[in-house]
Amino acid sequence: MMNSLILNAATRLLVALLLLFSIYMLLRGHNLPGGGFIGGLVGATGFVLYAIAHGCGATRAALRVEPQAIAMVGLGIALAAGVFAAFFGDALFTGQWLFIGATEEDYGLPLSSVLVFDIGVYLVVFGSILTIVLALEEEV
Amino acid sequence: MAEAAGSVPRVAGGPAGWISVLIPAAIFAYLVQFVPRVGSGEVILWAYDWVPALGIRLSILLDGLSLTFALLISGIGALVTLYSTRYLGNHPEYPRFVLYLLAFMAGMLGLVLADNLIALFVFWEITTISSYLLIGFNSDEEKSRRSALQALLLTGTGGLALLAGMIMLGNVAGSFELSVILTQGDLIRAHPLYVPIVILFLAGAFTKSAQFPFHFWLPNAMAAPTPVSAYLHSATMVKAGVFLMARMNPALGSTDLWFWALVIAGGFTTVFASILAIRQTDIKQVLAYTTLMALGALTLFIGAGTADAIKAMMLFLVVHSLYKAALFLMIGIVDHETGTREAPILRGLGRKMPITFLGGALAAISMAGIPPFFGFIGKEFLYKAGLEMEVAMIWITGTIFAASVLMFAAAGIAVLRPFTGPLAETPKPPHEGPWPMWICPLILGVLSLGFGLFPDYAETWLIAPGTWAVYGDYSYEVDIYLFEEVNAAFILSLITFAVGAFVYAFHRPLRDWLGRVFAANPIKFDPGWDQVLDGLKALAHWQTRHLQSGVLQRYLFTIFATLGVLAAFTIWSREALAFQLDLAEELDGLLFKHWAVLLFITAGALLTALTSSRMTAIASLGVVGIGVALIFIMFSAPDVAITQLLVETLVVVLVAVAMLKLPHLEIREGHRDWRPWHAAVSVLVGVVSTLILIAVLQGDIDRRLTDYFEMASWPEAYGRNIVNVILVDFRALDTFGEIAVVVIAALAAYALLRGTHYARRKAPEEDEA
Repeated sequence: MMNSLILNAATRLLVALLLLFSIYMLLRGHNLPGGGFIGGLVGATGFVLYAIAHGCGATRAALRVEPQAIAMVGLGIALAAGVFAAFFGDALFTGQWLFIGATEEDYGLPLSSVLVFDIGVYLVVFGSILTIVLALEEEV
Repeated sequence: MAEAAGSVPRVAGGPAGWISVLIPAAIFAYLVQFVPRVGSGEVILWAYDWVPALGIRLSILLDGLSLTFALLISGIGALVTLYSTRYLGNHPEYPRFVLYLLAFMAGMLGLVLADNLIALFVFWEITTISSYLLIGFNSDEEKSRRSALQALLLTGTGGLALLAGMIMLGNVAGSFELSVILTQGDLIRAHPLYVPIVILFLAGAFTKSAQFPFHFWLPNAMAAPTPVSAYLHSATMVKAGVFLMARMNPALGSTDLWFWALVIAGGFTTVFASILAIRQTDIKQVLAYTTLMALGALTLFIGAGTADAIKAMMLFLVVHSLYKAALFLMIGIVDHETGTREAPILRGLGRKMPITFLGGALAAISMAGIPPFFGFIGKEFLYKAGLEMEVAMIWITGTIFAASVLMFAAAGIAVLRPFTGPLAETPKPPHEGPWPMWICPLILGVLSLGFGLFPDYAETWLIAPGTWAVYGDYSYEVDIYLFEEVNAAFILSLITFAVGAFVYAFHRPLRDWLGRVFAANPIKFDPGWDQVLDGLKALAHWQTRHLQSGVLQRYLFTIFATLGVLAAFTIWSREALAFQLDLAEELDGLLFKHWAVLLFITAGALLTALTSSRMTAIASLGVVGIGVALIFIMFSAPDVAITQLLVETLVVVLVAVAMLKLPHLEIREGHRDWRPWHAAVSVLVGVVSTLILIAVLQGDIDRRLTDYFEMASWPEAYGRNIVNVILVDFRALDTFGEIAVVVIAALAAYALLRGTHYARRKAPEEDEA
């Protein structure tokens, strides 16, 4: 924890921006640079910044959930997205797609199990990094 | 007795008891229906695809050999489980015992019936493991645990050798199905891998069937409860090795290597074990060593390989299973009802235990080879086959003669002496055992007599189809009979009785003399085994001390030195440096921004290496990482660059946090600042990595995968970012594995950190969270 007024003030804004940016990175990942792994790293960076500015106790309070639980839920989501394909007779982890409002020229709004899988990756990376960082900081 | 008080005689041991008897009995009844079909020379095949991708099938091969074994396993199994209901029915762990025994039975049946080599191996290992559990059943005894572990390690090691041999054989023959392999003997015998295959198979078979020099685990395995000894370590499991050799005989047999390996090992085991049998005072040990002798004889006759020898082998296999299981069960009753198995103490039990004596006597007469018992026929045909051998006739016949003489004496020691003469003092006053116990040796003893009087039934049901399967020729006419004429074999039998009676008469002084001889012998296998194990432990200890020093620097040094040396060796051996590098031309293409980044990275690296502050080192290492990220950006790999930047940032934070705890990197008194070995390894890894990168860039990069993903990414996965599409769609299973590793690593780190955290503060501080 660092007692810096500038850091404290800037963190409030930066954390929100970083989290928003991380979700943006996650969602655009399928077509442009980004994805669950990068998104998770960006999101974790936000909370690491918060922990440096406000301390671990405050970070845990802000997270509300234990970071290791987040990581494990993420793993569960990724697995569920993979198993989902089995209900349609496909091999595990085969992407399942639904195009809402698709026309001849336009794919409409694509929803897919692949995105759900990527969200799982996001949560795993996010949760795992915070687990280690917070445990390390508290240990020190 | 219990059933005298109760109105209805019942099987003890609760439901576990009668279920354990019903299962093998039902299997036996089911298998009996195949006897006429197999007896007429039919081979029954049945298959179910198990792991089709690897060619592993659960397939059944039912011919004379496997049916004979399966009938012995299920038939003797039913008797042994019935016997156990009274022998162990009151034991608190009886249901566990039944579970192990049935697991073993399943494994053994699978082993003999399997048509697929890999399935056979799996069942083979099941018998090894269940044998381990059964030998160590009295787990509160040090001796049981040691014997169990010894048997497991020896037969397990043999099993691994066998697996290697099976894989080789499967590749040579082009199939893992025994029914295919057995028809390709000529091809296999001509293959260069034939010798290693035979050695590996024999390593598995010899350890399992306790052939010299792996014989010592079997007598130790007698630490198991007596029904287990009767079943596993006499009638069935130890014969698995014999089964394997018999099974593989059409494919691997009839070569000089096979002949001499089996004849020498089998013959030596036979003679060696018969002598050791006379030496024992514990009757169960006498029987254990005569079992070794029988296994040796079976091995010997498979090796001899003539049609007559194979017929004699099949005959003796059945003969031995019947009388030896009966004798083990008999000595179990004696032990159970008198509290001892020591031959010098036991005398005159015949009047107190008449039915046990009857069953034991029938089996013992068969073992001694006296007509008209089945054992006599077995011995006659062993002699006949031995005398007709063209090679090694003296060795084989002599071996069998010595073994038969000593078996005659052993039969007297095991049954005649304990049950006749004046009644002696025993730890418990002797009385007859309950019916589920005495009926078992009696049934087996009666069978030994019955098959002797009516050998035609044994011939058509078991011996003839078995001989055909092992010999691989279904046209060979099998004929067994009690008595034909006065020939060389018959005269040899008479001599056997005379010499055997002589040995029995003088067996006590002989035993004492052998005891003195063996006490003076410096080569002991059982203590030798302990020395091997101690040596192994010392090696592991030495290796751990050197590889797991606990000093992080040494670990890193080992890892990087290994990496550098192996990579350098690969570069040298693959001649990867055979390229022309035009350095001037390469450098010419670099722009100012490239030079700037290079300078940036070099400066960061130098600072990292030279600084004496940890914080500076980690920060400058971060600079290097960011420089690398810049390179990724310049060569348009934005995904990689973003990841690299973020990871660098987080690593710097993580390491910096960890380092806050550590003391300053001060140069201690007497500590050398200049560490040439570390410098050498650093330079080596750096140079080697550079060379590899240059070499890779010189060659043509295979673009097939890249092209495929570029083409398929949008139409098949609706994504334009190939990196991401590969991660979450094409190779999603890999990604899933990776994120699972991430979670496990995080949890491990958490446990480690919190563990020391709590240990230091003793009481956890709840308000912190």
